[in-house]
Amino acid sequence: MTNVRVAGVGLTHFGSHPERTSRDLFAEAGAVALEDAGVPREDVESVFYGNFMGEVAEHQGHTGPLAAEALGVRAPATRYESACASSGVALRQAVKDVRNGEADVLVVGGAERMSHVGTDETTEGLAIAADDLYEVRAGLTFPGAYGLMARAYFEEHGGSREDLAHIAVKNHANAVGNEHAQYQKEITVEQALDSPTVASPLHLYDACPITDGASAAVLVSDDYADEHDLDAPVAVTGTGQGGDMMALQDRASMAASPAADDAAAEAYDDAGIDADDVDLAEVHDCFTIAEVLAVESLGFAERGDGITAAREGETRKDGRIPVNLSGGLKAKGHPVGATGVSQLAEVTSLLRGDHHNSDAVSGARVGVAHNAGGTVASATVHVLEVLD
Amino acid sequence: MARDAGYDDFLDALADGTGYYLACENDHGSLPPRRVCPRCGGDLREEPLPETGDVASYTEVHVATPSFVDDAPYVTAVVDFGPVNLTGILRGVDADDVETGMTVTVGVDGGASAEGEAGGDGGETGDAETERSVVFEPR
Ligand SMILES: [Zn+2]
Repeated sequence: MTNVRVAGVGLTHFGSHPERTSRDLFAEAGAVALEDAGVPREDVESVFYGNFMGEVAEHQGHTGPLAAEALGVRAPATRYESACASSGVALRQAVKDVRNGEADVLVVGGAERMSHVGTDETTEGLAIAADDLYEVRAGLTFPGAYGLMARAYFEEHGGSREDLAHIAVKNHANAVGNEHAQYQKEITVEQALDSPTVASPLHLYDACPITDGASAAVLVSDDYADEHDLDAPVAVTGTGQGGDMMALQDRASMAASPAADDAAAEAYDDAGIDADDVDLAEVHDCFTIAEVLAVESLGFAERGDGITAAREGETRKDGRIPVNLSGGLKAKGHPVGATGVSQLAEVTSLLRGDHHNSDAVSGARVGVAHNAGGTVASATVHVLEVLD
Repeated sequence: MARDAGYDDFLDALADGTGYYLACENDHGSLPPRRVCPRCGGDLREEPLPETGDVASYTEVHVATPSFVDDAPYVTAVVDFGPVNLTGILRGVDADDVETGMTVTVGVDGGASAEGEAGGDGGETGDAETERSVVFEPR
């Protein structure tokens, strides 16, 4: 079976681009990825595209072909939707296609345009990732759902708002120097604690911002990389996906993310590694509590211990397992459909050594990307490794 | 407003004080609309919903969707009824006084037309102004 080599990656600036269509954002990220890969457009055999709220935000469905044509690629294209894990699931399908020998060159990525419709509409748009009958009609928002999870976690395992604030502080610090990041400034624990309530116990600084942006990557087979003498030292060596009941009310516990547990177990097994082998991770911190659940699902902390991982320095830049060296969704931003592949781009750069935080993890060989949809009713985990 | 078969029948029953849940031969609880048990695929029967439940988790929502903006801030809670949990809006208690474990009763709010039509059949009149919500109140 061939390796799935990450030949190139591309990102737009993540932030407020209210006048740019998602197709235009994707065209930029895709062009950067093709340039980075040194792969000509005409070699691309298919486009795998993640997008969540095109219908709501841009009155646009059927966004796969539109993304491909914006990129200048004449090839079949499919849009994948799995809420915030949209491009994570797109990536998984692309990886499988290369492995199966279906294709030698694929573009995978995603885009989202959100900031132009305002907070009310974005809140409504994000809420469609929850169960409409049983959650949205009970007034539940996306932050509200994570508020329920945070409260359940505190009840079950202990922890405090201050523990969560340390996650926000860490991720903001990591984003300083990331030219793609929405917020490139440090914050303090006091600022996080004093920010307004969004959905208790979560406050504004526990939440990722509303973000426009796009991501892309070029995946190639070993044969193609060798024939074209590509410099592509990083490969996707493991892929996993998990699922769960949509509504929080139907889960055995609201203080865990079993879909991500399953995705991690599958991806680690696929790559032949375990949690101890991982040097760094990009995880889905749409809210600070989500990073806690992710760190536990990935096996970097025991259940109930993830809450203090940032506060105690374990997941900081100089810690045992640096998490979200990009700034994470919290500071880098969360253009929903683009996030999964943007994590792949960050991990690839960190492992190649051309990331703004590469010095913190010099010699790193194994990185993980954890992407979650909704309240983790879907999750993907991918393992990336530097090939010998 | 269109009815959602199964779900709106469930709300009608809740509003009438005859709430139910679904159970399979393995006694997995679930809520409609279901054709099979989501956990084991088994056949389903209706069982009476316990009259009270305990708050399992809650959040005070300050930033709401457009349909709930006028209500914010409000408390949304997940309540444990034993075989099933149910999500709804918690009324009749100050947000600062809400605690997990507190016992609540369940009902249905909203869905009435401007003329004040309410009750079990209100949902199918077609002129309902708002979608109905599950609501809890401290016992
Ligand atoms: Zn069952």
